[in-house]
Amino acid sequence: MHIMSFSERAYIYVPEDEIIKNGSSYFGVPNTFFDPQKGSQLFHEYFDERIYAEELGFDGVMLNEHHQTPFCMGSVMDVEAAILARITKRVKIVLLGNPLPVADPLRLAEELAMIDMISGGRLVPGWVRGAGSEQIANNINPAFNRERFNEAHDFIIQAWTKPGPWRYEGKHFHYRFVNPWVLPLQKPHPQIWIPGLISPETVVWSAKRRYPYIALATQLEPTVEMVNLYADVAEQEGYQAGPENFGYLQNVVVAETEEKAQELAKGFVFGGGFGAFARAEWMFPPGYNSKEATKRLAKAFTDPRTGTEIIRFTPGKVDVEAVKRSIAENFKSALEGGLIIAGTPKTVLKRIRYMLEVLRPGIFGIWYHHGPMTFEDRKTCLRLLGQEVLPAMREMAEELDLPGPYEVQPGSRKLPPTGKREPVVGIATAA
Amino acid sequence: MPTNSQEWREETLQVAGTNLSVIQGGTGTPILVLHEELGHPGWLRWHSELARSHTLLIPQHPGFGKSPRVEWISNIRDLAGFYGRVLRERNWRPIDVIGFSLGGWVAAEMAACDAAQFRRLVLVAPTGIRPPEGYIMDMFTVTARAYLDASVYNAQNTPEFAKLYGGEQTPEQFEAWEDARAETARLAWQPYMYNPSLGPLLEGVTGLPTLIIWGKQDQVVPLSAAEVYKKSIAGSELVVFENCGHRPEIEKQAEFTECVQRFLA
Repeated sequence: MHIMSFSERAYIYVPEDEIIKNGSSYFGVPNTFFDPQKGSQLFHEYFDERIYAEELGFDGVMLNEHHQTPFCMGSVMDVEAAILARITKRVKIVLLGNPLPVADPLRLAEELAMIDMISGGRLVPGWVRGAGSEQIANNINPAFNRERFNEAHDFIIQAWTKPGPWRYEGKHFHYRFVNPWVLPLQKPHPQIWIPGLISPETVVWSAKRRYPYIALATQLEPTVEMVNLYADVAEQEGYQAGPENFGYLQNVVVAETEEKAQELAKGFVFGGGFGAFARAEWMFPPGYNSKEATKRLAKAFTDPRTGTEIIRFTPGKVDVEAVKRSIAENFKSALEGGLIIAGTPKTVLKRIRYMLEVLRPGIFGIWYHHGPMTFEDRKTCLRLLGQEVLPAMREMAEELDLPGPYEVQPGSRKLPPTGKREPVVGIATAA
Repeated sequence: MPTNSQEWREETLQVAGTNLSVIQGGTGTPILVLHEELGHPGWLRWHSELARSHTLLIPQHPGFGKSPRVEWISNIRDLAGFYGRVLRERNWRPIDVIGFSLGGWVAAEMAACDAAQFRRLVLVAPTGIRPPEGYIMDMFTVTARAYLDASVYNAQNTPEFAKLYGGEQTPEQFEAWEDARAETARLAWQPYMYNPSLGPLLEGVTGLPTLIIWGKQDQVVPLSAAEVYKKSIAGSELVVFENCGHRPEIEKQAEFTECVQRFLA
């Protein structure tokens, strides 16, 4: 199993009320709330945490990228990755992921190749469509989001593997001259992992290419459906999906006492947490969703029985205290439902084991920090994870037979002679 | 949506290499009606009144409503070229035209390219020109509903607005708006809702009777753009309604209809 650490590298000093007053949206909070001194300090702490994660035995350090938001300061993730390539020695540098539609694919191919070179072949590139707000932040036409994603993907793979120089004329990207000199160290190119919020289109796309798919802190039940969908597509493609094809990112906070961990875990819902990433109108800019996804969304936005609008943003009418009460409610249900796991190493391991049994992932990301949590508490959390949680998880992975994608090549498993796939999720979940 | 099946019918024309859905109604000299960025809003009172003396031809732009997307149309000038081809193939030219907002931009592009395809041109708060003061309201960073709410000056005094948009949003309506927003994004994402070459090219247009209608309190396309249109199109007439937003055809329906009828008489 591949176990990696993750945090958003949030700018943690924005007052919670400002996020709520902004319509429960980190995106769009005025950057006058950014203090460069504190930002600089945080970047150094976050790098130290990643070096520490390596010392503690994590297999990977995962980064992500978001633009123009205190939710995540890593707006140019490749800069951070390049630094990690040099200051770490062993861990995989897992980028989940570069938003391809907003990228210049040739430049991205060069950046990633440089990171792979400098790290000595430790790069795991991962690619995303990018949240709706990223399209706005980068002024990239959301109506061509998936087209741009697909075209950029195909182009980068070619740029890494097809001898240059050559000319490229696509729909969204055009290059007179493609001959990148620095190419990835890993051949033919590094493994590519695809993270996401279980949109079926992306799950199918990943399965067809035998790319591991990593669900990002999604609800258990639909995640199980996603794993089964992936495995069904794998069967059509003629291979048996296994743990090496699946990953899950889980909110986990550990501390010396249960009480302390519960307190720190509130950071995950600070300002509304993931649910307050960006307002609906920024999450779903025009044409960002497929026709099918728009149909699903139309139902989510509207109660089909009564025609009542469920989500309707009304600026200037935010009741901060009411929102805080609902955040507290959501926190309770996130703990009860297992979306957030908090406690001492002993208590969190029970739930982690359950997740491993059910989802059977070969990749497990531990999202250990969000919100106002001190550097000391973050380091303590990492230490406890490394010293007590990781060894136990490795034993579980052994016992449950959950190989990661560097133990079994994703897509290399043969289907049974019947041509029908084996189950991929734990039996307990069938109910 | 206020509809009266007695007054209009919908027909699919095989034209310009595609299937174009065209809503038609009325009798008399034809008028081409080019709809706005959120699609054809439905058959309204002004349609009914104008249809007494004119045949209204309301194509649903490719990618809107029932008209399928046309892959090669990637900007408003392409769409204007498409309609030029439609007019030629249907022998509709020269024709009177009314364009609303984005549809007004399409009509202006057509005029700039080939003014002879029109008899008379009516532009209702058209996008297409960068306003010298202010910005065209960005429909892509707000919900369709918020955009519509900003499109009239006084919704409470505009019964037709309440009729069109006042009720609860249905999944079908949400989907139709999302389709329209997506196609508009494909056509007009950047520069947003204008073409820097439109003004200079319109300056070459002569002999095309042109009526420009605007609401003084238009929050979507600032009135400053109206002056540029008026200056660019030689001999054009600008009518500005007081206490009126971006939708004079519903907010000042009676005055609007009277004004257009007078111009097209």
